[in-house]
Amino acid sequence: MASVLTNLFDGVAYGMLLFVLACGLAVTLGLMNFINLAHGAFAMAGGYVCAVLVNNSGWPFFAALPLAFVASAAIGVVLERTLYRHLYVRSHLDQVLFSIGLVFMSVAAVDYMMGSSRVFIKLPAALEGQIDLFGVGIGRYRLMIIVICGLLTVALQLILAKTRFGSRLRAAVDDPRAAIGLGINVPQVFAFTFAFGCGLAGLGGALSAEILGLDPYFPLKFMIYFLIVVTVGGSSSITGPFLASLLLGIADVAGKYYVPKMGPFVIYTVMIVILIWRPNGLFGRTAAR
Amino acid sequence: MFDRRKMLLWAATTAAIPALCAAAPARAEDAVKIGLILPMTGGQASTGKQIDNAIKLYMQQKGDTVAGKKIEIILKDDAAMPDNTKRLAQELIVNDKVSFIAGFGVTPAALAAAPLATQAKIPEVVMAAGTSIITERSPYIVRTSFTLAQSSTIIGDWAAKNGIKKVATLTSDYAPGNDALNFFKQHFTAGGGEIVEEVKVPLANPDFAPFLQRMKDSKPDAMFVFVPAGQGGNFMKQYAERGLDKSGIKVIGPGDVMDDDLLNNMGDAALGAVTAHLYSAAHPSQMNKDFVAAYKKAFGNRPGFMAVSGYDGIHLIYEALKKTNGNTDGDKLIEAMKGMAWESPRGPISIDPETRDIVQNIYIRKVEKVDGELYNVEFETFNAVKDSGKTKK
Repeated sequence: MASVLTNLFDGVAYGMLLFVLACGLAVTLGLMNFINLAHGAFAMAGGYVCAVLVNNSGWPFFAALPLAFVASAAIGVVLERTLYRHLYVRSHLDQVLFSIGLVFMSVAAVDYMMGSSRVFIKLPAALEGQIDLFGVGIGRYRLMIIVICGLLTVALQLILAKTRFGSRLRAAVDDPRAAIGLGINVPQVFAFTFAFGCGLAGLGGALSAEILGLDPYFPLKFMIYFLIVVTVGGSSSITGPFLASLLLGIADVAGKYYVPKMGPFVIYTVMIVILIWRPNGLFGRTAAR
Repeated sequence: MFDRRKMLLWAATTAAIPALCAAAPARAEDAVKIGLILPMTGGQASTGKQIDNAIKLYMQQKGDTVAGKKIEIILKDDAAMPDNTKRLAQELIVNDKVSFIAGFGVTPAALAAAPLATQAKIPEVVMAAGTSIITERSPYIVRTSFTLAQSSTIIGDWAAKNGIKKVATLTSDYAPGNDALNFFKQHFTAGGGEIVEEVKVPLANPDFAPFLQRMKDSKPDAMFVFVPAGQGGNFMKQYAERGLDKSGIKVIGPGDVMDDDLLNNMGDAALGAVTAHLYSAAHPSQMNKDFVAAYKKAFGNRPGFMAVSGYDGIHLIYEALKKTNGNTDGDKLIEAMKGMAWESPRGPISIDPETRDIVQNIYIRKVEKVDGELYNVEFETFNAVKDSGKTKK
């Protein structure tokens, strides 16, 4: 029984991590209708910023996390203004080709600057090891991930549903022309959203270094996982990708634990089954734009 | 547009060819080229860097001329992809006219180049890859690294004799991992041990957590681990995170997981891990002390077993050339290499004249803290171990 709960806990932590990494992609793909395969590159940037600050400059881990967010968001803004903006109106194929090119450039650049070996972020001692709670092993680091990501999810949902910015964004997505007519600065809203998504990815990258490992191939290795989260979850809201991340995280961990020989296949099997059942994802909109 | 560019490229190339041809013959007489194919990027890059460093160090120490010939190393990066390896090996053999191909970070890479070595009749010196079968794939393959059978059988025997009854295994799911697992199993169960859990993890595995949880729940005395060089750090972090060190499950295995390259960053969770391997940077010979000091001075970190394999590999090439008096005929070189024995930083080693595989001492080591740093401290030696993967047949 205890091991079931430990697995559930690990699965939730893994899922939460996937969510923070992928939700920026859900936003750009679902809300802005832009395919950004280079999303993982922003996550990697955040991870490396955090690693350099903690390992080389001696920053405390918790101070470096927000900076990982800020750095990735800043890179996001710059690239959005200079490059991505021109591709919003282009076809999806152009967007895919452009962003996959960015991925390869980021891989080569990081390899050149930081070396190709895996980077670890030095963690404070308080985050290492496990707490034993009624016989259930709870990893401290994973617990922290669940807390941070849980809070983020609630905050995101509130921003989207309750704030003025949230309604502007939804309006800009549903009908950009009408939104402009109402005096909403649509490009600005998109730029801000894009940067925020990149920042979240950066934070996710910093958090995942410990669990997923951080190396220059990060954006390529995890691109598939991000895409699975978005396709399974559907891209019309934040709730869809969130539930999809949890489902995939738990399925992946449980699969590797209970059927280790089949472990790596489980996540893909889940995806195929869900997509056959609901081709637009769990919470997909049926009306295509 | 494209065509015009291509034309320009062609024009440039054709213009360059006569110049190259004119330069080549003057040097071909007195130079010996060695094509070094290593993973310098990607997940296995630490292997490539160590070997490349060790070779540079050796050539600094011993000079770059042997038997009147100048040694020229041509380094190519295959990123541990066998397709690349094959293409690069072909280019090196056909275009650069190398007399040796060497390196090979992973088994599939070494195997991909084997038919080319046979066809071109030039020696292939394997400096890293560790699956048993490699040297059987071509009569021109010589190995200076190790085979997983060597260390896995020894740790299997050792574990059975030293009060370890139940073992859970975690190995990477590819040829060397399966080699390690099978040889360990044979020897450990023959000695009366029991395997309580067997997990193979995918080679590119992001998260060890669920697998480690399974290990923990099967409550073994020890867990036998093989992951390729480079993944050991991630593994040990998660091993500690899951509290396996505190529940008394020791890590045993071939020494790859405790690579000197990464060991010092693994933290105290690694303390007490017992592994069997060919080399430790703490090997107490004067030659090794000098080697470690020189390597540290030149490259700023500790040499691992890959570095020493590269160091011995280039030594073997030098000695073979001395023996043939500079003759680069492949058959003569292989003949010269067979049975060659020398003292390496890892201890006495030789090349088995029948299998062209390495014969070396295997040491049982335990991770301890020496002067504030983690080292594999050797405490038992098995002398002149051959590759049992072949001696059985």
